[in-house]
Amino acid sequence: MSRIESRVVSIVRDDIDTDQIIPARYLRTTEKTGLADGLFAGWRYDGNGDVKPDSVLDSPANQGAKILLSGQNFGCGSSREHAAWALLDWGFVAVIARSFADIFRENAVKNGIVPVALDAGDHARLVAAANADGGLMVTVDVEADNVRLADGTTFAFALDPFAKQCLVSGTDALGYLMARKADIDRFERERES
Amino acid sequence: MSHRTLFEKIWDAHVVSQAPPADVSSHGVAPAMLYIDLHLVHEVTSPQAFSGLRNRGLSVRRPERTLATLDHSTPTIPGAPPIDEAARAQLAALAKNCDDTGVQLFGLESDRRGIVHVIGPEMGATQPGMTIVCGDSHTSTHGAFGALAFGIGTTEVEHVLATQCLLQKKPKTFEVRLEGELSPGVTAKDVILAVIAEIGVGAGAGHVIEYTGSLIPRLSMDERMTICNMSIEAGARAGLMAPDEVTFAFLKGRERAPSGDAWDAAVARWSALRTDPGATYDRSVAIDVSAVKPMITFGTNPGMGIAIDQPLPASGGDDTTRGQLSRALGYMALSPGQPLLDHPVDCVFIGSCTNGRISDLRAAASILRGRKVAEGVRALVVPGSFGVKRQAEAEGLDQVFLAAGAQWRDPGCSMCLAMNGDKLSPGEYAVSTSNRNFEGRQGPGGRTFLASPLTAAACAVAGKVADPRSFLAEAVS
Ligand code: SF4
Repeated sequence: MSRIESRVVSIVRDDIDTDQIIPARYLRTTEKTGLADGLFAGWRYDGNGDVKPDSVLDSPANQGAKILLSGQNFGCGSSREHAAWALLDWGFVAVIARSFADIFRENAVKNGIVPVALDAGDHARLVAAANADGGLMVTVDVEADNVRLADGTTFAFALDPFAKQCLVSGTDALGYLMARKADIDRFERERES
Repeated sequence: MSHRTLFEKIWDAHVVSQAPPADVSSHGVAPAMLYIDLHLVHEVTSPQAFSGLRNRGLSVRRPERTLATLDHSTPTIPGAPPIDEAARAQLAALAKNCDDTGVQLFGLESDRRGIVHVIGPEMGATQPGMTIVCGDSHTSTHGAFGALAFGIGTTEVEHVLATQCLLQKKPKTFEVRLEGELSPGVTAKDVILAVIAEIGVGAGAGHVIEYTGSLIPRLSMDERMTICNMSIEAGARAGLMAPDEVTFAFLKGRERAPSGDAWDAAVARWSALRTDPGATYDRSVAIDVSAVKPMITFGTNPGMGIAIDQPLPASGGDDTTRGQLSRALGYMALSPGQPLLDHPVDCVFIGSCTNGRISDLRAAASILRGRKVAEGVRALVVPGSFGVKRQAEAEGLDQVFLAAGAQWRDPGCSMCLAMNGDKLSPGEYAVSTSNRNFEGRQGPGGRTFLASPLTAAACAVAGKVADPRSFLAEAVS
């Protein structure tokens, strides 16, 4: 997907780890789907498993939103790709953050989630705009490498070129690797001889 | 050839090809295609990868370079069944996937099963100069042997199963130089907690850490693994150390290590695996470890650590830092500036891929020997593998733990991530030798203080947060 337009859901905290994104008790599965209920479960439900009244993911206005706004080092901790699957299952296809943990960023791209890292000033301005307008609409344009607001404000971001290629044209990384089988054969022959 | 770091030597030796594919060349550099020597697999992050292979009609390219175990959702109470049908199905799925593809599995019945990062080294499968991956962020553990080892997602697990390769952007290098000698009661765990407290949980992002300095050659392999294990808690996917005589002595004679002439050749090759004089890192920090005291975390990320005899930080700093601290302390039900010593503890967990090896159990036993776990405290000792369990029993450590009133379990991840039923109740405080104190990590509402096995054992005896140094001083006969 190259352009995403949606209201943003703000969970602006630094160092959100993948145990918060999806706790381990939801990982007893062999599927990639059905994980939306576990997304941010520790913050959404009370001790009885009921949705807390202040759960942002469960507020009616946020249903259908596609863009999550967060802080620094988003997705740190465990390598669980379930974090990306849970975000996707809920409906998020882009996360705007100050920065991302390495493994999460890779997992996001492989699932078509755009990891948008903004520099400190732009991130602070976007957070302020989102705080001022609870229903702030944002466009993430992957091909143009920017985030745009309705008032014309534009924030640039940079994606790794291969990540961009994968996101824009759905390049299949495994297909690419498989197509280089001759290289792998040669490499193994040379090393193991 | 130019001067290269240890990381660069391993990286260069594994790049299959760097040529950009035709369809992305217009966008610049494609990631390198990196060959993977050893692929470790566990039940939680692999089923979807095997399904992906099946859907594409692909097979596992090199089953003999792949090694699987069950550790995350496995019960640790001897003889107990998996916690629920979902856990049972997940365990069964890996058994079937391994059966179908020819991957060796150390399954539920195996007496060599254990936490994936404990059994790889134990079998000698982890070797210097290798590239090692696993769908698990603590794969960094294996870097202790001078291997480039890092965690990957499930999609990448599928890539490695199918091709033995990964597309990887070359990371930057980050030297963490550890100079000095450790004081009594201070362990490798305290060192890495101090490093993370110093540099922060995001500092290593985009980097591979190399630990250098006068401390490293003095450390055992168990201690080196504890340090490399928590590289990911500093944000680095991989952390590694140059192999040396200690490394070679550890590996010699292990079942998957080379033997005979191949051993000599391997040692010669491994001995060149060190950073060249004059090679440079993208970033460096130096830490004087002689100043490190026993550490404990108080908050909800592993960087929120203090020396055990220090008070919690007072609220201060910028808005973000203040907000994060107050959220963390709110979750932990602690106040800024309060001491942590003497804070009551409900549970003590000794285990995990950070501190579930034999020397960790010996350390815990050195404090528990002849003492009792305090009334009302639940203490779990969970060995990292059946190999560790057998060794501990041969040394009589199980009797020390049981006599002290601790539980002696079968190996597994257990309360490190609380997905097998071993967990905290809401509001409980644990002192844990694992690696993550995230909210709810050890059970919803549970609160975790991370510390060393010595400290954890001291806390178990005291029933509250306690300084292990006071226990070392008054040894029990
Ligand atoms: S012991 Fe903990 S950190 Fe280590 S592999 Fe298991 S769950 Fe992960």
